[in-house]
Amino acid sequence: MGRRVLVIEDEANISEAIRFILSRDGWEVRTHGDGADAAEVVARHAPDVLILDVMLPGRSGLEILRSLREVPQTRALPVLMLTAKGQSADRAAAERYGATRFMTKPFANAELVATVRAMGAA
Amino acid sequence: MPRTALTGTRIRARRTARGMRQADLARTVGVSPSYLNLIEHNRRNVGADLLGELAKALGVAPDSLLEGSEGEVMEAVRAAAAGLTHRANSADKGPLGTLTPPELERIEEFLGRFPGWAAVLAATHARVDELERVVEQLSDRMAHDPYLPAALHEIVSAVTSVQSTAAILADGEEIDPDWQRKFLANLLADSSRLADGAEALVNYLDASGAGETGLAAPQEEVEAWLAARNYHPAELEADCASDLRALVADQVELSSDAARALALKWLRRFQADARALPLDPFLAAVAELGLAPDRLALRFDAPLAQVLRRIACLPQGAGVPDVGLVLCDGSGTLTFRRPVDGFALPRFGGACPVWPLFQALLRPAQPLCVPVQTGGRIGRRFTAYACADTRGTARFDAPPVVEATMLLVPDSLPTGDAPTARPRRVGPSCRICAERDCPARREPSILAGGALAEGAMGTGGALASAEGGF
Repeated sequence: MGRRVLVIEDEANISEAIRFILSRDGWEVRTHGDGADAAEVVARHAPDVLILDVMLPGRSGLEILRSLREVPQTRALPVLMLTAKGQSADRAAAERYGATRFMTKPFANAELVATVRAMGAA
Repeated sequence: MPRTALTGTRIRARRTARGMRQADLARTVGVSPSYLNLIEHNRRNVGADLLGELAKALGVAPDSLLEGSEGEVMEAVRAAAAGLTHRANSADKGPLGTLTPPELERIEEFLGRFPGWAAVLAATHARVDELERVVEQLSDRMAHDPYLPAALHEIVSAVTSVQSTAAILADGEEIDPDWQRKFLANLLADSSRLADGAEALVNYLDASGAGETGLAAPQEEVEAWLAARNYHPAELEADCASDLRALVADQVELSSDAARALALKWLRRFQADARALPLDPFLAAVAELGLAPDRLALRFDAPLAQVLRRIACLPQGAGVPDVGLVLCDGSGTLTFRRPVDGFALPRFGGACPVWPLFQALLRPAQPLCVPVQTGGRIGRRFTAYACADTRGTARFDAPPVVEATMLLVPDSLPTGDAPTARPRRVGPSCRICAERDCPARREPSILAGGALAEGAMGTGGALASAEGGF
């Protein structure tokens, strides 16, 4: 079971909190805040679980997800999409593009940890 | 004249309306009752001569039996029937699902026999169509307003960060002091960002941004139109005899007759102000005396309200910076708003009752000069010049029509008589003002939140505390 998580989220304080709670749970956490080169960062770090925000500068999380699903190496990568509450269109699109799980912001820390654990174990 | 399929129906309708039997009418015009029956059921065409005879016998003009506006009405009734049928068959049919389908095959009979009701149905259908378009536009605006998603994203991000960080700090597990400090700093930054985002959003929803004209009230249309012209119709300075109606015709911002009428009224007033206070001498006086409304009024022997309006509507580049102007009627309703940066003016509902504008209403003969400071974390200071006058000629048989005027001059500008007293704290309107303990508050603020709402209603403290302690 892998223990490496990559968080692609442009809000530094949210990344910081996620990094803290997942590190405490034993995960090796990397963070990245830009959408433009996110796909390359994923390829470079080859995480076991990817946490991907929908609204990112440079390139949207949905486009990144779609490009990841087109590449054999990341086609099956567990991806947790972070969407804003009420943005059902984003969620529908993420589902279409092959997101593994969804979580709406704001989220509960315990729920995030449980979800990432489940994704990592799958 | 074209004969339509409805001619027979109309003949029948007129005949029955006169209480004539078919056989009697047939005899009068010299045809058999069975032939008239066929005509009345639109199964035979009517020649011109027979039509004339029938019209004469029925006591109507031949034209009234031919196509008139009914063609349009018929189309509208068909459209109404089609619309109802479409909705009744749709997934979201609601109560329409139980309707008996309209008898489309008898539409001509309906129009012929009940032209008045048909016209009502057509007009109602047109109105429903118009209202549906308005609803669509409103939904579209809600869905595609570029500011709202960005503002909400900002708020959701801040809330997410605050919630996660606070949960980490509160979950009881030991945290390294460095992390603890970092999280506390993040919390502080995010809560401040959240407050800013919420305030900006509330202000946006309450006072629309410049340039918004869609679906606005006539007053808003006029204000948007004037804002696009920097509140200065230059044509009326150079040529006081300009055709005012031409100035308001075909203006995209003025989409309704009501807006054009209001704009015309505003232009007439501007014209009168420009005549009484000619531009060049007025600007020269401002250069000499500063933005001192009372001295300018004295110099030109003009009413103070007129001077306040003139100052607010001078051309850009004339050396007079942006100022705000608010007018209200005797009920306190804002009748004109020229916003100025830093002083939010409410778009809907009543304004801040502490504004000197409303004080002036209470004392029509006594102008006021009051330093004010807007609420919020970054308060801006202004000098408010306010006065109230009666409009029109006084009458024994009617109450006076009062109007109050308030000019807002940013404090960074030189004024001839800037007051030195401590500024009075004012807001845009109670709903979006977070000022605590305001004795004039009429409703809790949505900025204050639940915990503050009760306290924010004020405790009826003395006005002196509002003046000094704000």
